[in-house]
Amino acid sequence: MREKATTLYIGPQHPGITGNMMVRLKVEGDTIVKATTEVGYLHRAFEKLQEKRNWLQSFTLMCRFCVPETDPMEESYARAVETIEGREVPERAKYIRVMVLELARLASFMLWYGGQNGSLGLYTIGQWSVGDRNYILDLFEELTGGRVYHMYIWPGGVRRDLPKGFEQRVLKTMDYIEKRLDDYDDIMFNNAIFKKRTQGVGIVDKETAIEYGVVGAVLRGTGIKSDIRIDDPYEVYDKLDFEVPTAEGGDIWARALVRRQEARQSIRIVRQVIADMPEGSVYNRIPNPQKWTLPKGDAYVRTESVRGEIGLYVASDGGLYPRRVHLRGAAYVHGITLLEDVLKGSNVADVSAIMNSLGTCPPEIER
Amino acid sequence: MSFFDLKDTLRPFTALKQFGKKPHTINYPEKTVEASDRYRGLHYNDLDDCIGCGNCSTICQNAAIDMIKIDGIEGKNGDSGLRPRVDNGRCCWCALCVEVCPTGSLSLTKDYNYVTDDADAFLWTPGVDNPDGKDRISFSTADGVSLNDFKRIPMPELEGMERVKSFAEAVIGYNEEQARAEASRCISCALCTEACPDHMHIPEYINAIARGNDADALRIIYDNNPLPEMCGKVCTRRCEDVCAIAVRGEPVAIRWLKRYATETALTSEITREIVNPEIKEPNGKKVGIVGAGPSGLTAAYYLALRGFDVTIYEANAKAGGMTMYGIPKYRLPLESLDKQIEYIEKIGVNIKYNTKVGKDISFEKIYKENDAVFIGVGFPKAWTLGIDGEESKGSMQAVNYLHMINADENVEIGDKVAVIGGGNVAIDAARVSARFGAEVTILYRRRIEDMPADWEEIEGAEDEGINMVPQAIPIKIHSDNKGNVKSIEYLLAEMVPDERGGRPKPVAIEGSNTIMEVTAVMGAIGQQGDYSFLEGEYEEKIKVDRGRFAVNDDQQTSDPKVFAGGDAVNRTADAISAIADGLRACKAIDKMLVGN
Repeated sequence: MREKATTLYIGPQHPGITGNMMVRLKVEGDTIVKATTEVGYLHRAFEKLQEKRNWLQSFTLMCRFCVPETDPMEESYARAVETIEGREVPERAKYIRVMVLELARLASFMLWYGGQNGSLGLYTIGQWSVGDRNYILDLFEELTGGRVYHMYIWPGGVRRDLPKGFEQRVLKTMDYIEKRLDDYDDIMFNNAIFKKRTQGVGIVDKETAIEYGVVGAVLRGTGIKSDIRIDDPYEVYDKLDFEVPTAEGGDIWARALVRRQEARQSIRIVRQVIADMPEGSVYNRIPNPQKWTLPKGDAYVRTESVRGEIGLYVASDGGLYPRRVHLRGAAYVHGITLLEDVLKGSNVADVSAIMNSLGTCPPEIER
Repeated sequence: MSFFDLKDTLRPFTALKQFGKKPHTINYPEKTVEASDRYRGLHYNDLDDCIGCGNCSTICQNAAIDMIKIDGIEGKNGDSGLRPRVDNGRCCWCALCVEVCPTGSLSLTKDYNYVTDDADAFLWTPGVDNPDGKDRISFSTADGVSLNDFKRIPMPELEGMERVKSFAEAVIGYNEEQARAEASRCISCALCTEACPDHMHIPEYINAIARGNDADALRIIYDNNPLPEMCGKVCTRRCEDVCAIAVRGEPVAIRWLKRYATETALTSEITREIVNPEIKEPNGKKVGIVGAGPSGLTAAYYLALRGFDVTIYEANAKAGGMTMYGIPKYRLPLESLDKQIEYIEKIGVNIKYNTKVGKDISFEKIYKENDAVFIGVGFPKAWTLGIDGEESKGSMQAVNYLHMINADENVEIGDKVAVIGGGNVAIDAARVSARFGAEVTILYRRRIEDMPADWEEIEGAEDEGINMVPQAIPIKIHSDNKGNVKSIEYLLAEMVPDERGGRPKPVAIEGSNTIMEVTAVMGAIGQQGDYSFLEGEYEEKIKVDRGRFAVNDDQQTSDPKVFAGGDAVNRTADAISAIADGLRACKAIDKMLVGN
């Protein structure tokens, strides 16, 4: 006998540190027949606000687009402004930027470890990884003065040079994290429960991925090798040696495998960057921010965030403020259209796990 | 794969090996974690270093910073008296306020934000709420990172030994690119506006220049100054003394920017086209003005715009007063002044030249024919040195010398000149003498750093090879048997601290007599007024107090119909104060006669 369909409202809070959004589900039994995402809890209108903030003030808003992804946003804005203005960035600053971006990736992966497992009721690893992430945040605090919102990568370079002995402390932390990643493997990737809950769940096939414009680990989890750091390198990524991991299957498990490898690649990149970092200035100073105008023009820059490729469009009409800032984030596609599609036919219990695995980030969706 | 895969079932239990390890996120017993050396915690403000410019408030994109009045801190020249107060409910700790603070007084500390049930605690006045915050400063500009442009765009000028060969203007002026760059340094704090006697709209016109809108700049400038090109060249620029950028860098070249904006209008006709002021219909009221100096011209210009019938009586052949006859032409070329005065005349101001009040026309006539009278006669008479031999041929007053040179008269000074004094008149006389080929020495009773003259003028004089003998007190001028100046005798002085806390006083050293051979001596120790034109009842009615007209806040003298301004009223004795006087008087006259 066909079961009667019921409507279920999931959210706006979710297990797994996803952020505030609601998913309205039509379920038959515990099978989802239709999913509708309802966002609107976190809209702060940053893009609009930036039109009334000068070029420097706008920079401080960028990091707030997506909480676990602060640095790729700053990086994108800085590069967009530099492109419009033709402002050079000192070589050392480029290395520092890459170091920060990779540390940020790592910190974000640590959060994902907690979130992905938390969404499945596996809380131990979250205690570990979020605790270990604090060591990276300590580094950020030392370097930038802030733990989560760094506001460090600004147009023209970075705000401050590395503190004395910072490189050694970074390397020490990298060694520690690398060791810890093995511990995580023990209780996550070699865990029957995790396998059972993720293998064959939340499948995104290759065609769907391409059709929807899916990026990042979700795309690489379908076996497609794509990474802006390799395809369209920025800063000094073209000088670095690292791999872009992929996995087959397109399910939560495949995406988890990709992220697992990527975390290790980030450590590898940080080590290289520290080894190769040249001396020199870190900042090509902008003029008095109150009078700083950019020439007429626009720029679209692509950056590999943890969630995948993000594109930032910045337009200048020659004035004191950006005429338009627009982010093409990864989460918008993943967290709305793709999520609705993937949830169809899934089990209610897997909603949070799928949301997390797709890289749903409501603050970035709504901006 | 099944639930019963033994390896995958047992492996997670390896987590047990963490059991008993020391926790690394929570410490027992609890301990306070010291924030990092760059931590962006609660604000701290050094209240003494802060000048209340408000740049922190301007940059704050959350509008979290208000500038408020704080007990015990009074506004003064170069300090608004206000201090920032942060709303921690809005602050995002981006620390841009720190990075744009021109004085470096504002910083962030290692202090963590805290939880309290006191809702008012959100409002945090740095430095007041944490007077001891200095010890925990973390994020500051002390490491040299700052978003202020501390370096001035250098003003192109003729090289010292080159410019001394002629009366060509020594300063060349900014080109467009230089002006835009210099204007872009301004942070629009408006401390300058407060310091300017005339309260010119400085941030506004600088902003217009920075935006590339020179015409706007000129219109803004003419709003309260009808002689801006003169000010752009020779103003005493008290605005620059208080420039917020000057605390740690070089002040914005406000004067040169004004000069740039005014020079974009090449003729008085172009000035008129750009400024295009509204001239009201004649209101039938007449105002007579004595003296076409800066104060008189200003009163006349703005009165004419307001529909008054204005006539200026000027004793000399040209208008401008001291700016015409007191300032050498290498600083203020004749064409520049002519252009500005032409423009004022075009607006409808009637100037009667070569008409000395008290001689060619009586003050009484002016008084009776007009509804109001403005006196701007300045300080034409020089103080004498009061030493022996001053009557010798070749001994003269610097201000008279400058007057004669500017009037194209010949003055015999020989080849070795001593100028006594340290003000702008002394420096002007010295530099003019150098242009006639004389070897010039300035004798000044105090130290060079005590000289009241503009530092750029002093530097200019040094570049032109003028000798300076500080701490020198002249005691006698010796003359030869024909009565010509032969030498000057002076005593050296030592600086003795003032017991009452004033500036150190020079005290002559006995026996240090020095004699310098000279062909001319110029005294430049100040001027005084000459009010002989006020005869009869007017001498009584218009009160003079200690050498200056006694006026109220409206520049009104003891005779309600008579107003006064300029050097004959204020002690600052500069053109911009005179202009401010003229404008104030204009408003008061308008109010008195028309009721506006």
